Amino acid sequence: MTELSLHGGISVHRIGAMILRYWYLLMSSWPRLLELLYWPALQVITWGFLQLYIAENANFFARAGGTLIGAVILWDILFRGQLGFSISFLEEMWARNIGNLMMSPLRPIEFLLSLMVMSLIRLAIGVIPMTLLALFLFHFNVYALGLPLIAFFCNLIFTSWSVGIFVSGLVLRNGLGAESIVWTLMFAILPLACVYYPVNVLPLWLQHVAWALPPTYVFEGMRALLIEQTVRTDLMLSALAINAVLLVVSFGAFLALLRSARKHGSLLSSGE
Amino acid sequence: MTENDKASSRPTVAERSPSVAITVDHLVKVYKQTRAVDDISFSLPRGSITGLLGGNGAGKTTTIAMIMGLVLPTSGRVQVLGHRMPEESAAVLGRMNFESPYVDMPMRLTVRQNLTVFGKLYAVKHLAGRIAELADDLDLDEFIDRANGKLSAGQKTRVALAKALINRPELLLLDEPTASLDPDTADWVRAHLERYRKENNATILLASHNMLEVERLCDRVIIMKRGRIEDDDTPEAIMARYNRTTLEEVFLDVARGRVNGAKEAAR
Repeated sequence: MTELSLHGGISVHRIGAMILRYWYLLMSSWPRLLELLYWPALQVITWGFLQLYIAENANFFARAGGTLIGAVILWDILFRGQLGFSISFLEEMWARNIGNLMMSPLRPIEFLLSLMVMSLIRLAIGVIPMTLLALFLFHFNVYALGLPLIAFFCNLIFTSWSVGIFVSGLVLRNGLGAESIVWTLMFAILPLACVYYPVNVLPLWLQHVAWALPPTYVFEGMRALLIEQTVRTDLMLSALAINAVLLVVSFGAFLALLRSARKHGSLLSSGE
Repeated sequence: MTENDKASSRPTVAERSPSVAITVDHLVKVYKQTRAVDDISFSLPRGSITGLLGGNGAGKTTTIAMIMGLVLPTSGRVQVLGHRMPEESAAVLGRMNFESPYVDMPMRLTVRQNLTVFGKLYAVKHLAGRIAELADDLDLDEFIDRANGKLSAGQKTRVALAKALINRPELLLLDEPTASLDPDTADWVRAHLERYRKENNATILLASHNMLEVERLCDRVIIMKRGRIEDDDTPEAIMARYNRTTLEEVFLDVARGRVNGAKEAAR
């Protein structure tokens, strides 16, 4: 066998095979490609005009130019990152292909790594045109955020993968009856992550919950950068530490749910 | 785990023997209140082709799923190609393959794309050549660049068989391999399986409702009912024991609880 393996027996060959599978799938359907572009574009246009309107009528927002549209773009990285991960996983459930994969030499960690790569590819297809639209229509250049943008992006994508891994495990264990969780769980985070408003708006007890979520640090960091022109490295490091814990916990939960699916025979009946 | 437990979980010499492909030892699977598989044991020598017979709910699919590692047994153990399943599955999954009506090939990928993906997953060397060989063997050329979802049932079965053979498996597990096929295609699939077994000394375990298929293909039959093994022998010996001329008649005897009467009459 000539496959290229990393430490721990992870095979780049098999991860590549899965990415190829999703690439074939993506390229076989222009409506799916269009959908990747459609929603982010719609979001940025709607919120961009709202930001223009508020900026004309409110002094604070005129000063804090870009916080709304910046929040929309960063929220989309979080949301689309998770969807990009989960939709590739759901494709296997819809196609009743999960048994073929679980019976192949593909390991769970390789499967998850291929889903992570696909979430990046799908995200790039949807979000890069979105950022260009923001630039040309509203003169908001997200790339001007510079290095902090990389920290924002990494923290958001790590959170999106953690959520994606966990909900994929739930669907594996409970079948497609649990599919709605894939589409809705991230919206439970939306009010708590303080995407569009600062954390101190929340009641004190809820602020503790908000600070347990890595995206809260990212959106606070973004507002600090846009309003006060301050780079909050401390916030980014805190988010990174929580993300590391979340990734380990979600992977552990995925393995436990996979084992439970094997115990209950769910891999043979992956329907509703 | 005590020393005794460790000793009992260690494979015996027979299980590690290169001549044994599958060992199933006191296997039990309980789903809530249902005993889907109830304390069954058998071992299959390499190069054999064995039919798992039984009505709906007899436990055939659950047994095969436990051998594949897709379902965890409640108790008992499974040894495949000298490795314990599912604990050591990484050592054997590349050497075995399966086909089942419970799974599909992705519908929107073409046949060639599907075979390419699975070939890469199984680290098949000279993959393009292997796909061309399978396309030739299984008559896939005509539709190899067509999406799987646009194929007829017979064509899909041939593609599923090509996927099952892509890695030249030493062990092939087949669940209803000819279900929903017309007699001509079913006969063609059977002929191909026979040829593959002979040429590669492969071990095949197949679950089927098709008694003629089992009579023609299998050198051994295991009959299951309500999760237990009712009989286990060559097709000829079983038919003789039940005083019947076809396995279908034996199957009806077992399914309708006429086992003792038939055996008695045979005596």
